Order: sequence, then structure tokens, then C-alpha cells
Amino acid sequence: MSSAPAKPADLVTVNIDGKEIAVPKGTNVIEAAKLVGVEIPHYCYHPKLTIVGNCRMCLIEMGMPAVDPATKAPVMDPATGKQKVNWIPRPQIGCGTNASPGLHIRTNSPMVKDCREGVTEMLLINHPLDCPICDQAGECKLQEHSTAYGRGYSRFVEQKNVKPKRTELGPRVTLDDERCILCSRCIRFSKEIAKDDVLGFIDRGSYSTLTCYPGRKLENNYSLNTVDICPVGALTSTDFRFKMRVWFLKQTPGIDPESSVGANTEVWSREGVIYRITPRQNDAVNDTWMSDSGRMLYKQVKAADRLLAPMIDGLATAPEMALKAANDLLKAGSVAIVGSGRSSVEEQFLTKKLAEALKVPASLVSRVGQGDRLLISSDRNPNVRGALVTGLISALPTQQLTSLASDIDAGKVKTVLSVGEDLTAAGLAAAQLAKVSVVFLGTHKNATSDAAKVVVPTLTIFEKSGSFVNQQFRLQKFAKAVPGPAGVADDLITLSNLVSFASRIITPADLGGLWSSIAAEVKPLAGLSHALLPATGHVLDASAWADLPVCEGETLHYKPAAVPAAVNA
Amino acid sequence: MAYTVERKPLTLLERIYIPQILAGMRVTLKHLFAPNVTMQYPEERPAIPSGYRGVPTLVMDPHGREKCVSCQLCEFVCPPKAIRITPGEIPPDAPTGHVEKAPKAFDIDMLRCIYCGLCQEVCPEEAIFLQNQYSMTGYTRAEMVNDKARLYELGGTLPDQHFKWDKKKAAAEHGNAH
Repeated sequence: MSSAPAKPADLVTVNIDGKEIAVPKGTNVIEAAKLVGVEIPHYCYHPKLTIVGNCRMCLIEMGMPAVDPATKAPVMDPATGKQKVNWIPRPQIGCGTNASPGLHIRTNSPMVKDCREGVTEMLLINHPLDCPICDQAGECKLQEHSTAYGRGYSRFVEQKNVKPKRTELGPRVTLDDERCILCSRCIRFSKEIAKDDVLGFIDRGSYSTLTCYPGRKLENNYSLNTVDICPVGALTSTDFRFKMRVWFLKQTPGIDPESSVGANTEVWSREGVIYRITPRQNDAVNDTWMSDSGRMLYKQVKAADRLLAPMIDGLATAPEMALKAANDLLKAGSVAIVGSGRSSVEEQFLTKKLAEALKVPASLVSRVGQGDRLLISSDRNPNVRGALVTGLISALPTQQLTSLASDIDAGKVKTVLSVGEDLTAAGLAAAQLAKVSVVFLGTHKNATSDAAKVVVPTLTIFEKSGSFVNQQFRLQKFAKAVPGPAGVADDLITLSNLVSFASRIITPADLGGLWSSIAAEVKPLAGLSHALLPATGHVLDASAWADLPVCEGETLHYKPAAVPAAVNA
Repeated sequence: MAYTVERKPLTLLERIYIPQILAGMRVTLKHLFAPNVTMQYPEERPAIPSGYRGVPTLVMDPHGREKCVSCQLCEFVCPPKAIRITPGEIPPDAPTGHVEKAPKAFDIDMLRCIYCGLCQEVCPEEAIFLQNQYSMTGYTRAEMVNDKARLYELGGTLPDQHFKWDKKKAAAEHGNAH
């Protein structure tokens, strides 16, 4: 507008319901309206997917400032003294309308209200009255918008449409066809984000059905994101289906520990039981997506092979006895410490303190898998960079503990402390483990815990709070979603006990106290604290590690600095 | 501060006491012939007025179908958190497979229940009713928790206005109408 103040070239001023706002050029009307606090209801539009404009729920009235066709001079309205606005007589879709200079939008006019009522009625005509048995109830956009923008009564007296109720689109996704409102978000997600174009609509009118291409299945590792973005209860997670209503579930922010991407997650639990894991939006890490494999990780909490009691020589014992036995073994000397890239920054800091107190070096085990270029990188440890930052290790870890193996063979090591790492998987033979006393801190049974002299059970990522440093050197925190099993102490308490005994200095075991030591002692983490860390994380200065030969290839929001080694996907 | 209460001296009639005795005898005689207001509980039971809010129960429809679909709205609305439901899935090949969902477990803790009737009010399937049962006793706390089997035993069958799910099944068997 002519009266608007000077502004950067990429901002345009639009007028939404009488409120003016400057938005970047190309912003669509839904996003612009969100900035002024106006909700434009929509189903098919998703900020991370292409725009198709097929649900018609976001219809708005649009107008442009009037100019004289011949002279291009602004036409002024004598009543107000401002430039006249020419309103388009028909409604336009908000998602497909981009901000242009002087654009005027009305989202609360009688025509817009009428449009929304019409679209809602049209969608509800063949939508079943399934809400009592529908898992989406409580987080259903159709439910919310019908209440907010619907007519409130039904004129439909004919027989409702009938469609299949339980189509298995893939191993993890079940489709309830009657509930589908044909928004095509799932189709676009599969095509554009998962790059696995398996979904499509067949038939016409009320026979339209979502289906997979013949002979194909929705079985990629990102299939459950279609369930998240489904605005109604059509796509349901086979795992979560009919398990619990969402309004009972408590949300706790988490981090996907599968790989160094560190996708942000939301852990949904009720009364100490986790029911599902969904992505948490972080536009710098995972947008609004996460992998299916990361969603199933909560099953490890109640796994049958979970370590639940401290053990000495395979026999259950009291926690104090196990800790005492561990302390005695560590005090005896000739110790080797195997830290973990799965431990949190706090645990790695304590592991480093323990290594310093015992004056032994610590090693880490690298885990390498195939990266999928999206949200699973080839580095399958979530926190190797945390170990670099805290100083637990100074070079990238190897997959095999060859130097530890030769030290054991040479008789230089008598005790091995493993912080959750399976030493057999890391290349130590059973005979080598038999030569040494193993102290194992871990969550689940494995060959190392079987061979260990002392086993102290620890907590899974869902039962403790902490932080990880992901591949972008972004420090991200996760919180305790459910309490740990009875009798299992927090990892920080176990580790700080070992550190306190070895160093004869009381070490804090709580996050607040620990972070004051971390901020004071670890230079890259100076001035930070777990409590004040923002939900989207904090990017650390990574210049010290810029030329490390990391193994990761490209992922959604990460590009490796140099061409990495051959392990890339 | 002490003060004196003036007492009126008794009149002659009050002093001879006979009118008071006669008035008392009149009341006694009246009740001797009046109908009883008490009841020989537990042999005799009172008539329960309609709309009475007794023990919450689960009901079946006239075809013997379990009406609850475990939507858990009663569990949500229950002020003292007396209701606890574990949802479950009905296998597709069961006669009521089209309903898809039914409670695996349904417990109402009668030590917590306050008989408010909100569960009945909120139920979208008309499956839970506070009926005439008013006396719940037990020797242990566990006995005072009504499980699913007991709730259906207490609830029995009530008439249905809608047969919503039967209509749905009929529509599915009929196929698309257009």
C-alpha cells in the first residue's frame, strides 16, 4: 500500500480482517492469517507438503486495491479517503492464494461463513458417526471444525455411504475408508517426503477410495507419518488402534535415539505406561516427521529381557551391594572404561569424570548402519558428538574395540566397565571377557550382562531426563516420560556414586547440580543449562570438530561438510 | 454477668397434669390405628421411584449385544475417577465385528462412586445406566469393585430406541445405495 512504511523488498503488506501485517512474499493466506492470530480452517493444506486445494475448507474473500485501468492511478474511495478495494465476488482458497502487495482478505464475512458451513455439511454427509470408537476423536480436525464452523444440525436423511472399515494398507497402517475425506495429504507425503509413491485414489464421487498401487504396500519406514497428518481417523496406526483415547495421554518431549539425526518426538503416556510416540515439530531437524522404527522403541520399556535387579555373579542382590562390588573392582586398578554414544551428555560427562578419577582412558563404540537420507543417518549412535563435546573421547570411535582386546590379551586390563555397551558385539570374544571382571551398567540382558561380574540396571531414554548432541551439533533435551521400574536407580545416581567413590569428591547426581559443573568445566557448553535449553535445541560451536571424518551422509536438514567415506547410503 | 430468668407460676390445669396425659394418649392412639411409616427392611423393600440413581450398570440391547464400545467418556467425566476401562478390539469375524470396539475390562469402584449419574448422561451409546440397585455391601475392598461381568449381571437388558449398529450392518450388507 502506498501509505505503508519502507520495508525490505521481500516483505509485502497484506490486510487480513482489517489488520495489516507484513509477511514474506509468497506466504500463503493461511500462514499469513496465523501470524495475525486468525485461524483459517483447512484439511488438505499442510505446511510441509505441496498445495492441492481440494478440500475447499479454507475459502476466503479476497480483494485487491482498485486502480484505474487506463491510467493505472489508484482509485480513491471518497467516503474513507483511502484506496478502494475491489472484492472478487466469488470465494478463493486461502492455501493457494499467495500474499501480494495490498492483498485484502476477509475471513469472517457471511459468504465465508456460508462456504465453511457448506463444505462441512458436504464432508459430514458420508462421514460415519464413529466418534465413540474412532481413535482420532479428540485430535480430529473434522470434529473440531464441525463444532467451530459447522451448521450444527444435519439435513441428511438418505442412507449413508458404505466403504471398507479395516483395510490394511501396510504392516503398520490400517485404513478406515468411510472416514476418509479425500484430502490426499497421505498421498502427497508418500510421494514428496518418503519418496515412496504407493498411495492413490481410485474411482469417482462417493466411490472414491484411497488405495495402494497394485502389488504395492505402504510399508516404508515413514508410513506412520501418514497417520499423524491424516486430519480425520481414516488412517490409523495398527499398533495404537483402539488402545487408549488421546485425551488421557500426557505428552513429554523426547528425542529419537535411533541415529545421530535426533528427531524430536512427543512421548504419549498415561499412568506410567507409554502408548505411542509421535514427531514433535522442529523445522531445523525433522520438520514434522519421524521414522516408524523410532515409534516402536517404547516397547523396550516393558521388554521381557529388561534388567530389573542388580546382580553380582548372576545372582540378584541389593543395589548398595552391587555398587560396593563395582566400586571395589574399580578401586583395584587396571580398569578400562567403555562409554556409550547412546548415553546422554550428562552421563558421558560423569563417565569422563570417572575415567579422570581412575586415570584411565575411555573408549566408545561406533555403530554404523545404512542411512536413509531422511531421518536416519548412518551413525546409529544418537550422541557421539556429545562425547566429543564433553571430552570423553577426542577422536571418532571405531566399531571394534581392538586395542581393548589386545590390552586384555596382554593382561594389562583386569576390570572393564561398560556403560550400556555389549562388548561381544563390539568385537571382544567370550574368552577375553572371561579373563576380566566386567561391570555392566545397562537396560537389557545381553552377552555382556551374562558374562558380567557386577550388573547395575539402568533406565531407558523414556525413564530419564537428559540431552543429546545431534549431527548438527545441536544440543537437544529429552524429559522423563514414565517412572523407571521399582528398584532401578537413575543412571546419573549410579554414575555419580562411582565417580564420588573413585575421586573422593561428592559429585551431584541431579540435572541442575550436574549442569552447573558441566557449564563450568566443559567449554563448549559454558553458560548452558538443561532447564533453560529451548525446546528446539541449541546449536553449539562446532568449529573444533569441523574436519572430523564423520560417516554420515545427507539427511533431511543436514549436509556433510566434505564427501564422507564409503559407508554412506 | 448473672441474670435471673422469670418463671411463670404453673396454672391449676398444668399442676394436676391430666390434660397433658390425655393429649399424649391421643397421639399414641392415633398412631395405633394409622398405617405404618416404617418398613421391615430387608424383608420388605421400598418402591423405587423412576429416575432413581442407584448403582451404575452396563446394559445389553434387546438382541443381547453388549452396547458399550469403550469410548471411555464415562471414565473421563467421572468426578471421583471410579471408572477404569481397558479398551479392546472385537475380531472382524465375530457377529458384532462391525462394531469394532468393546471393553476388554470395565471396572467401577463402588467405594469411589458418588452416584452422580454423569456417566449415564455422557454415554453416546446409552450403555451405562444408574438403575434401581441401591445396596452394595462387601467384606473386602476388592468385592466393592464391580467388574465387567458383574456390571452386565446387574444391568441386564434395556429397551433400545435406535438399533444404530444393526442399521449400520444392514447398510453395509445392502451396499452403496447409489
